[in-house]
Amino acid sequence: MTTTLPTHTAPAAAPRKPLRPGRVAMYALLVLAALFFLVPVYLLFATALKSPDAIAEATTWHWPSVLNWGSFRDAWAKIGGNMLNSVFLAVVATLLSAVLGSLNGYALSKWKFRGANTLFALMLFGMFIPYQAVLIPLFQFIKSLGLYGSIWGLILAHVVYGLPITTLIFRNFYADVPDALIEAATIDGAGFWQIYGKVIFPISIPGFVVVIIWQFTQVWNEFLFAATLTNTSSQPVTYALSQLAGGQAVSWNLPMAGAILAALPTLLVYILLGRYFVRGLLAGSVKG
Amino acid sequence: MKGLSKDRLWSVAVLLPSVVLIAVFVYGFIARSVYVSLTDWGNDPAQALALDPVIRFIGLANYQDLFTGFLQGRFRQELVSTVFFTAFFILGCLGLGLGLALILDRNPRGEGLWRTIFLFPMSLSFIVTGTIWRWMLQPGGGVNQAPTLFGAPPSTFPWLSSTEAIWKFDWNRLPLLTASVVAAVLIVVAVRALRAGDRRRTLVAALCAALLLGWALLVAPNLKLLPAPELHGFNLALIGIIIAAVWQMSGYTMALYLAGLRGIPEELREAAKVDGAGDLGMYRHVIFPLLAPISLSAMIVLGHISLKIFDLVYAMSGPDNINTSVPALNMYLTSFRQNQFALGAAIGTILLILVAFVIVPYLASQFRGEEGHA
Repeated sequence: MTTTLPTHTAPAAAPRKPLRPGRVAMYALLVLAALFFLVPVYLLFATALKSPDAIAEATTWHWPSVLNWGSFRDAWAKIGGNMLNSVFLAVVATLLSAVLGSLNGYALSKWKFRGANTLFALMLFGMFIPYQAVLIPLFQFIKSLGLYGSIWGLILAHVVYGLPITTLIFRNFYADVPDALIEAATIDGAGFWQIYGKVIFPISIPGFVVVIIWQFTQVWNEFLFAATLTNTSSQPVTYALSQLAGGQAVSWNLPMAGAILAALPTLLVYILLGRYFVRGLLAGSVKG
Repeated sequence: MKGLSKDRLWSVAVLLPSVVLIAVFVYGFIARSVYVSLTDWGNDPAQALALDPVIRFIGLANYQDLFTGFLQGRFRQELVSTVFFTAFFILGCLGLGLGLALILDRNPRGEGLWRTIFLFPMSLSFIVTGTIWRWMLQPGGGVNQAPTLFGAPPSTFPWLSSTEAIWKFDWNRLPLLTASVVAAVLIVVAVRALRAGDRRRTLVAALCAALLLGWALLVAPNLKLLPAPELHGFNLALIGIIIAAVWQMSGYTMALYLAGLRGIPEELREAAKVDGAGDLGMYRHVIFPLLAPISLSAMIVLGHISLKIFDLVYAMSGPDNINTSVPALNMYLTSFRQNQFALGAAIGTILLILVAFVIVPYLASQFRGEEGHA
């Protein structure tokens, strides 16, 4: 899962050459592609900043003449509580699954036993299943625990179904730790936990960063469990936003401002720690 | 060796809770879902939410209902929609992602910035993406108003609300179509095995293909799943959702391809140049073949995402728009709005089977090789 491969440098043409037609075409294509990705963002902000009576389909593209920051206040009033639910949910679920994933990855990669890979493959399958295939028993189970409508039921679901990916990322991360290091520690008399505490955990920080970013984003953005296992008081922001945007009477500045609020945490994480985000992304698809 | 065995015990003890949780939450719940799908739980609304509902085992009746029942036309359309959606979504993501990666591989200035722009939708939820694009694709606004920026009249394409479908086929011909497609695949396998000189595989594949074709031509035309013809095709309302999905996920394929391109050793490119390969030749004979495994991984990951997708549809066209609905959304509505748990479980199981077709061979091939090394 190396993504920091050496970027092969452009031909060492120290003095910048005049732009060739090929380069011009390349930049034109890049700008075109960037437009495709950014135009929705422009419309998002243009609409969020309009006052409700300035929103008309014919003037979708116009930048508002008077900026209405109140949309954000109004949107917060509607989904702020759900944002806080999401924060609690994402933080707790992420930390729990990171710790479990780290221990699992350590056990699976450094204490290999016969059939470890088969067990791991069986675990990984849990990452790909459509949750619709387990949703009804999951719902019943959470209900029978008395956790329906509580954020803890949702946390439980996210931690369990997050186990495959967090274990995968840590297992691949620890695979790069030389076994000789473990053997040396064993000879010094260190056991399972001492090796984890003194050798493995201290070098795990990058692994934790990748896993935490990945899980945080996944949990924050999840919708199916949110819609099934929660009720009004515990709904996370994705569900609240879908309700906000689904209503017919609402003017569009509100869902747009809500979308910006709901997108902000994961977007900030991505912009500040993009490198690790991409690593999680690649780990989720390609075995290390 | 006492210490060693104690450590081993610890490693098992550490894994045990996760293994038990996965065993229950994944495999136990799947088994339970399959069982529920074979009952009549919720088919009688009065019994659905009863504290102690009367649940009878009814075998495959729910599945039969979904594929041939008069009332389940919506589900059949969704199955067809999901196939078209998956095909176009994968094509779009692979095409756009590869294009962007090839451009970025040529070292434009500000590469980091471009990459950030192409990848940021990945960090959004499908609900956010859906909310934005729902507004973009309003019938009288957004994209349809874009031509007015250049002085042209607004377009009137009914994004998300079109009821028109193309490439329609009669559901009654499904057995024939499926058999023909599978037979075609088998013929390809047979031809490739023949070229590779694998006699036995050639024979088996050719025989299976012949059997299937025979069945398709002789038996299938007389099968009637439904009393009347029922047409299903590619609903044009899905185009908008596919565009939004590609917008969100093509950065992912770009990242995959870019990592792949950066992993190609410079010496290989040099060697190809020395051998006289031009730019095009280099791509065709050196770079693209090396990217093939990445395309396969991407197809598998995107394919399973696409089969499961429902939040994007929910956010873009609402839960009740039959023209854009997908099985994953139907499962949620059937189970948790109409309380028809058995029918919902059957849809969930069908989804699982579809995803398993994609995932199981992949996982098996990834780990078969590795178990040997370990």
